[in-house]
Amino acid sequence: MVNAVSVVLPSTDQVWKWLDQVPDPEIPVVSVTELGIIREIRWEGDTLVVAVTPTYSGCPATSVIDLSIEAHLHGQGVEKLRLERRLSPPWTTDWVTPDAREKLRAYGIAPPIDGTAPDGRTAARAARMAGRSNLTVACPRCGSGHTERVSQFGSTPCKAAYRCKDCLEPFDYFKCH
Amino acid sequence: MSAIAEITAAPDPVLADDGLRRALFEWLCRMGDNCLILGHRLSEWCGHGPALEEDIALANTALDLIGHTQMWLALAAEIEGKGRSADDLAFLRDAMKFRNAKLVELPNGDMAVTLMREFLFDAWHFEMLTGLTESASPRIAEIAAKALKEVSYHLERSSDLVVRLGDGSDESHRRMQDALNRLWPYAGELFTADKVDEAAAAAGIAPELAALRAAWDKTVGEVLDEATLTLPEIRFDVHQGGKQGRHTEHLGYILAEMQFLQRAYPGAEW
Repeated sequence: MVNAVSVVLPSTDQVWKWLDQVPDPEIPVVSVTELGIIREIRWEGDTLVVAVTPTYSGCPATSVIDLSIEAHLHGQGVEKLRLERRLSPPWTTDWVTPDAREKLRAYGIAPPIDGTAPDGRTAARAARMAGRSNLTVACPRCGSGHTERVSQFGSTPCKAAYRCKDCLEPFDYFKCH
Repeated sequence: MSAIAEITAAPDPVLADDGLRRALFEWLCRMGDNCLILGHRLSEWCGHGPALEEDIALANTALDLIGHTQMWLALAAEIEGKGRSADDLAFLRDAMKFRNAKLVELPNGDMAVTLMREFLFDAWHFEMLTGLTESASPRIAEIAAKALKEVSYHLERSSDLVVRLGDGSDESHRRMQDALNRLWPYAGELFTADKVDEAAAAAGIAPELAALRAAWDKTVGEVLDEATLTLPEIRFDVHQGGKQGRHTEHLGYILAEMQFLQRAYPGAEW
C-alpha cells in the first residue's frame, strides 16, 4: 500500500517549456507561449493552474486551444489541472515574441507592426484608414513595401487581407491589436 | 474532459451588493442583448455579402459581438444567481425578456442600412465601453477593456465605409441618405436613461447615458459631414421601449431562427 507519497511536481519553468510545444490551431508555426496568451502558470497545492487570455473575445479557436493545452499537459503526466480565463489586461500583439514574428513572416503572414492598433479617436483615424495611412506592411513573400489593404478583416479575426502590388500575391497581415 | 476555462473571479464588491442585483441583471442583459441581436443580424450576411472581403468583415464583426455577448450574459447569469447560463439567456428567453434597443433588431435592408446602423451603433458602443473601462466594478471594467479593442476596429471600418459610400456614386449616396433618415429616429433610445440606467450610473458602474452624447454627436457629425450626408431634421428618440422589452415585430422572427434548435431539441449539444 502506498500512501503519503511525496510527489515531486514539475517546476513551472518545465511547464512553460512544455507549453512551448503546443501550437496555435490556426497558425501552427507559432506556439501558445509565443503568441503571448499564457499569462501565468502556478501550483495551488497539487493542482496546476494555467491562466490563458483570449486573443479576440469571439475567437472560435479559444476552446480548441484550451483542449490542446489540457491534452498536452495530461500527456506530460500532469494529473490535476485547472485553466483560468483571464481577461485583464487584454491581449495585445505586443506580447507576440520576436522569434514568432519571424516565423509568421516565413509562413507567409506579415507580422504585426507595433503601435498601429486602433487607439480610438475615430473620425481622424477613419480618415487615415480611408487611404491616407502611412503604414507600410511589407509583403512577406518578396519584401516589397508596395502593398495595399484589401480588407481590414482576413481569414481569422486577428488578420487583415493585403495584396502585394509588385509580386501580385495576396497575403494576410497579423494586425496590431 | 471539459475544456471550458473557468473565469477568474476577482473580488468585486459592487457586484456583491444585493440591493443592486435586480438592476444590474437588467443592465447586463441590455449590454449582452444589443451585442447578441446585432451580431445575429450581421451574421445573416454570411454567404450573401456583395464582395468576399465584405462578407468576411461582416462575419468577423458578428463574431466579435457574439464574443462580447458571451461575456456580458455570463456575468448577468452569475449575478442573477438562479443557475442559468449565458446560453440559457440567449436561447431560452422569449422576445419580451430581451433588453436590446430597437435599432439593432431592425432588418438589415440593403448594405446601406446595414452599414449605417452599424456606424450609429458602433459610435455609441465605443463611447459606452470607453466609459465602462472606468467602472467601479473591476469585472465590468475588464470586459469593457477587452471589447473596446475590437469595437475600435468596428467603428473604424463602419466610419470608413459610411464616408466611401456617402461620398460615392449618386446611387450609393442616395441609399446612404435614405438609410440615415430611416434609422435616425431609433438612435435616441441608446441615450435615454430609465431607472435601470440611473441605478447603474449612481453606483458608478456605468457612465450616464446622456453624458455620452457630446462625443457621439462629434464623431457622427464629422463622419457624416465627410460623407456629404445630411442629418435629418426629425427627432432621433422617437422609437423607444426595446430595452424595457417592448420590441418591434422583427425580433420574434430573429428568435424563431436563432432559438429554433434549442426549442426543438432542448439541451442539444454538439
